[in-house]
Amino acid sequence: MIKSNSGIRKTDVINRRMFIIGAAKVVVFVGIVARLFSLQINENKKYLTLSDKNRIREWKLPPTRGNIVDYFGNVIAGNLKVYQLHIIPEQVENFNYLLVRLKNLLNLSDKRIARINKLKTELKPWDSIIVSENLSWSQFVKINNYLYDLVGVKPVMTISRNYPFNDVYTHVLGYVSQPNEQEILENETIKARFVPGMKIGKLGLEKKLENHLIGTNAIQRYEVNAYGKRINQLEHQKGEQGSKIRLTLDTEIQKACGEFLNEKAGSISVMDIYTGDIIAMYSSPSYNPNSFLFGISQDEWQLIRNNPLKPLINKTLSGLYSPGSTIKPIVALSALENKVIDTKFKVKCTGKIELYGQTFHCWKEKGHGWVSLKNAMKQSCDTYFYEVARLLGVDRLNITAEKFGLGKKVLGDYFDIEKKGLFPNTKWKKNNLGKGWVLGETLITGIGQGYTQTTPLQLCMMTAQIANGGYAIKPKIVVDSNPISYEGAKQSMESGLLFDTDSEELLDKKLFKNQKNIKIVQEAMFASTNERFGTSYKSRIDDPKYQFAGKTGTAQVKRISKRERELDLELEQIPYKDRDHALYIAYGPYVNPRYALSIIIEHGGSGSKAAAPIAKKLFKLIIDRHDLRNKQSNFERITV
Amino acid sequence: MFQHDRLNSEITLFQKIRNLDYILLISVILLSVLSVFVMYSTDGGEILFHTKNHFVKLAIFFPLMIFIAFFNIKLWHNFSYIIYLIVILLLIYVSFFGIKSSGSQRWMDLYLFVLQPSELMKVAIIMCLAKYFHRLKIENVNSFTSITIVLSIIIIPIIFVISQPDLGTSILIALSGLIILWLGGMKIKYFIYSFITFLISLPFIISFLKPYQKLRILTFLDPDRDPLGAGYQIIQSKIAIGSGGLNGKGFLKGTQSYLDFLPEKHTDFIFTLFSEEFGFIGSVGLLILYSIIIFRIVRIGAISRSNFARLFCFGYAFAIFIYIVVNLSMVLGLLPIVGSPLPIMSYGGSSMLATMIGFGIVLSAKINHKQIIA
Repeated sequence: MIKSNSGIRKTDVINRRMFIIGAAKVVVFVGIVARLFSLQINENKKYLTLSDKNRIREWKLPPTRGNIVDYFGNVIAGNLKVYQLHIIPEQVENFNYLLVRLKNLLNLSDKRIARINKLKTELKPWDSIIVSENLSWSQFVKINNYLYDLVGVKPVMTISRNYPFNDVYTHVLGYVSQPNEQEILENETIKARFVPGMKIGKLGLEKKLENHLIGTNAIQRYEVNAYGKRINQLEHQKGEQGSKIRLTLDTEIQKACGEFLNEKAGSISVMDIYTGDIIAMYSSPSYNPNSFLFGISQDEWQLIRNNPLKPLINKTLSGLYSPGSTIKPIVALSALENKVIDTKFKVKCTGKIELYGQTFHCWKEKGHGWVSLKNAMKQSCDTYFYEVARLLGVDRLNITAEKFGLGKKVLGDYFDIEKKGLFPNTKWKKNNLGKGWVLGETLITGIGQGYTQTTPLQLCMMTAQIANGGYAIKPKIVVDSNPISYEGAKQSMESGLLFDTDSEELLDKKLFKNQKNIKIVQEAMFASTNERFGTSYKSRIDDPKYQFAGKTGTAQVKRISKRERELDLELEQIPYKDRDHALYIAYGPYVNPRYALSIIIEHGGSGSKAAAPIAKKLFKLIIDRHDLRNKQSNFERITV
Repeated sequence: MFQHDRLNSEITLFQKIRNLDYILLISVILLSVLSVFVMYSTDGGEILFHTKNHFVKLAIFFPLMIFIAFFNIKLWHNFSYIIYLIVILLLIYVSFFGIKSSGSQRWMDLYLFVLQPSELMKVAIIMCLAKYFHRLKIENVNSFTSITIVLSIIIIPIIFVISQPDLGTSILIALSGLIILWLGGMKIKYFIYSFITFLISLPFIISFLKPYQKLRILTFLDPDRDPLGAGYQIIQSKIAIGSGGLNGKGFLKGTQSYLDFLPEKHTDFIFTLFSEEFGFIGSVGLLILYSIIIFRIVRIGAISRSNFARLFCFGYAFAIFIYIVVNLSMVLGLLPIVGSPLPIMSYGGSSMLATMIGFGIVLSAKINHKQIIA
C-alpha cells in the first residue's frame, strides 16, 4: 500500500505540474496569435507593399521627344520609327557564340564587339544592351529569320529623332545624341528620365528646350523572381510625348538662304521688324544633324571639323565681324540726334584725309567731291563719315549704337554660344586695353572698322529697329504662349510703346529723340539702293511691292598696305583669307516696311557685288510669303 | 486484479482498433494531407521532388505509427533505455562517419533515406527519462544521485549534437528532457536557480558561439543591419507572412515563395509559405489543429494508469508544443534563427519519423491506458 500511495502522490505531482505547463502553453499560443495578428492584419499594408517591391520591377522606356515645327506647322524636328537590336544578357545562353553570329550577320566591327562586352559587365543582367541602333530593313529581316538561333536577342521597333530638312536648321536646332555622365548629372529632368539608349539635345534649341521636349518615360512592369528573371508582364504605362515647340522660322525662306549661300561661308538673318520674329537664321555652310543620331563616323566628323569654311560655327550668333559701312546709318543717326550735323551739312571728299600725319582713305580714290548726308550714305563716302565721327566723338556714337542693340546679346539666353560683340568707347579702351583713346580710332569706328565687332543677327536687329521707325523690339525664335499679332505689334509701337512678352507690360521703347532723324536715315538708305550711283543700285527692285532700302558694307580683314592700294587687285587675285567680308543690311518694302535682313559673306569681296544681289532675290520671296504668314498668326498656340 | 491483468494482456486486435484515439488520428491525417498540399505549393504547383518524397515518407511513416501503436505500452517501457542507448550509439557513429553537408555532420546514409539521429533523440530522451522517473520513488527525486543521473542522460546526447554542430536540435533535446524533470517533481527552486545561472552565464556562452551563430543573434536583434545577407531570411519571411493578410493570397499564389524570395521554404520556413497563401485565418486554423493534437496527447496522458505513459504523453505534448513555438517564433521574427522543423509540415524524413514514432507510442498508451507498469 505504501508503494501505491507513493504512486498516487507521484501522479498528483505530475498532474499539478502539467496544469502549470498547460496554462503556460495557452499563454504562449495566444502570444503567437497576437504576433500573427500584428503582422498580417495591422501591418498588412506595409508588408504587401514590400512584397510588391520585391516582385515587381519597372523598366523605363526612352521618352518620345516633342516635335519642333516651323511657323507654318511643318515638322522640322520629328521622330522616326527605327529598327534596333537589343541583347538581354540574362537570357543569353552562350554570349560569345551569340556575338560571333551577330558579327557575321550585321558586319559588326571588332570595336563594337568590344564595346558590347564592356557594356555587359557594366549593366545589370536584365538591362538590355543595344547592339545596333539603326538596322536597315534588310538587316532587320535577316535577324528575324535567324531568331531561333539567337537566344536572348530582341529585335525592337523604336523611335528616333529625325530632321527632315537635313542641314537647313542645324544651327538653330542643334542635334540630339547620347548624353554623357556630366550631362545626366547636371539636369535633374534628364537624370530622372534617363534610360540607356535615350538621346538628349546636345546643341541649339534641342539643348535649350530639353526639359520641354524630353517627354515622359513609358513604364513596363514585370513580375520578377528573386534572381531578377522576368516571369510575366503586368501592365504598361504609356509615356507622354514632350511638348511641341513652334518656331517663328519659315522653312521656305530658310531653305532659300541655304541655297543662296551655297558653298560660301556666311550668314543670313531675316526678322519681322514689329514682332521681332526671326523669319530665317541661316549659317553657312551647314551640316546634317541626322549624322549624329547614331554616332557619326570618324571620317564624316573629320570632314566637318576640318572644313576651312567652319561649318560647326553658328556664324549668325557667334560670328563676329566688323560691320564696315553697314554701321553708317547708325553714325548718321547719332550725329543727327546729337545735332552735330543736319541734312545740309556737307563735306568735301578728296579721296583721303589726313589727321596728325596719318592718312585715312575713302574707298573711292578720286573722291566724291562735296557730299551731303544723303549722297554720302548713297555712295558710302568714307571721308564724310570720318568727319562726322570726328565731330560726334566715339562716346556719343557708342550710346546710339548700344541703344540699337550692338554689344548686347540679341536672343538673351536661348543660345549659349551667342556672342555679345563690342562697340567701343573711350572708357572701354581705358579699362580693357589700359590706353587712352586716339582720335584716329574714332574715325575708323565711324566707318565700322577698328574695335567694333558685331554678329549678323545684331546687324539685322539694328536694321529692323531703324525700319520700324526707331522702336526697340525683342527678337524671338520660339512662338510664345501669347503672340502679338502683326498689327497689334505695329500699333503699339507707333504709339511709342512696346509690349514686352516677358513682363507682359507695355514699355516705352522709343530709341530716338526726334523721329524725323530716323526718317532722314531711312531716306538715305533708300537712295543707296534705289537711286543712280547708289552702292546697291544694281540690286534694286523697282516694283513698289518689293522695293527695299539697304546699305552695303565691305569689311576689311586686314590693313591694306600702300602697295596693295596701288595694285588695286581683283578679288580672285587676293588669297581667300585676306579677302574682305561682304555685308548687306536692308529692309522692305520701303513703303510700309515689314522685314529686315542682314547678309554676310565671309571673304566675299564687296558688299554691293556679293551680298546685295542675294537681298534682291530674298525680298521677292519674303514679301510674297507675307500674306501666308499673316494668316498663320492665329495658328494653334503652343506653350513653352 | 487477476481479471484486470488478463484483460490487459489479451487485448484483441479488434479492441485495439476500437481503442485508437480517433480525434488524434484524424488530426494527424488532416495535418499530413495539408502538408502534402503545401509541399505541392513549394514545388511551384507541380508534383516534383519534394512533393513526391514527402508523400512517400508519409505513406511509410503513417503505417509505422499505427504499427507502433499496436504494441503494448509496457513493451515500449521495457525498451526505453535500450532505444536511448541505440540512438546514443547512432550519434557517436554520426560524429565519426556521418555525412557532411553545409558545414555540419549530422546525417547517416541508410540507403533508402538519410537519417538524422539527433531528431530521434528528441523522442528517445523523453522515453528514457519517463522510464527513469516512473521507477524513481518520489522521495528520491531530489536526491543527489538521481539528479546526477538525469542530468547525465540529458547532457550526453547534447554534447554530441552540439558538436555536429546543431544548436537548434540540442536546445530542443534539452527542453524535452527538462520538462520530464519538471513533471517528475524536481524542486522548483532548482529550476529557478539554474535559470538565473543561465542568464548570468549567457554572455559567457555567447562568447563560445560560432561566428555564424553570433551573427544569427545579432540579426535577430536587428534584421535590417544586413538585409541582403544575414537578415535576408527573416526579412523575407516577415514580408511573406505580413503580405498574406487576413485571407492570404490564395493556394499556389504566394508570390514570395513562387518567385523564390523565401529561403528554406520546404523545411524550416514552410509556415511562412502556408501563412502567405492562407493568411491569418489559415494560420490560426493550423495552430488550432496543432492545439487539438497537443490537447489529445495531454488527455491520453491524463487517463493513463501508468506514470510512464503519463510522463511520456505530457512530455511529448510539451515537446511538440516547443517545436511549434520555436519554429513559429523564428519565422515570425520573435526568436533568432535556429534550425527547427515544424512537425509533419516541414520536409525532412528524420523529423517526421521521430514525430510519428512519438504519436505511435502515444496511441499505444491510449489503447493500453489501463495497463499498469510495475
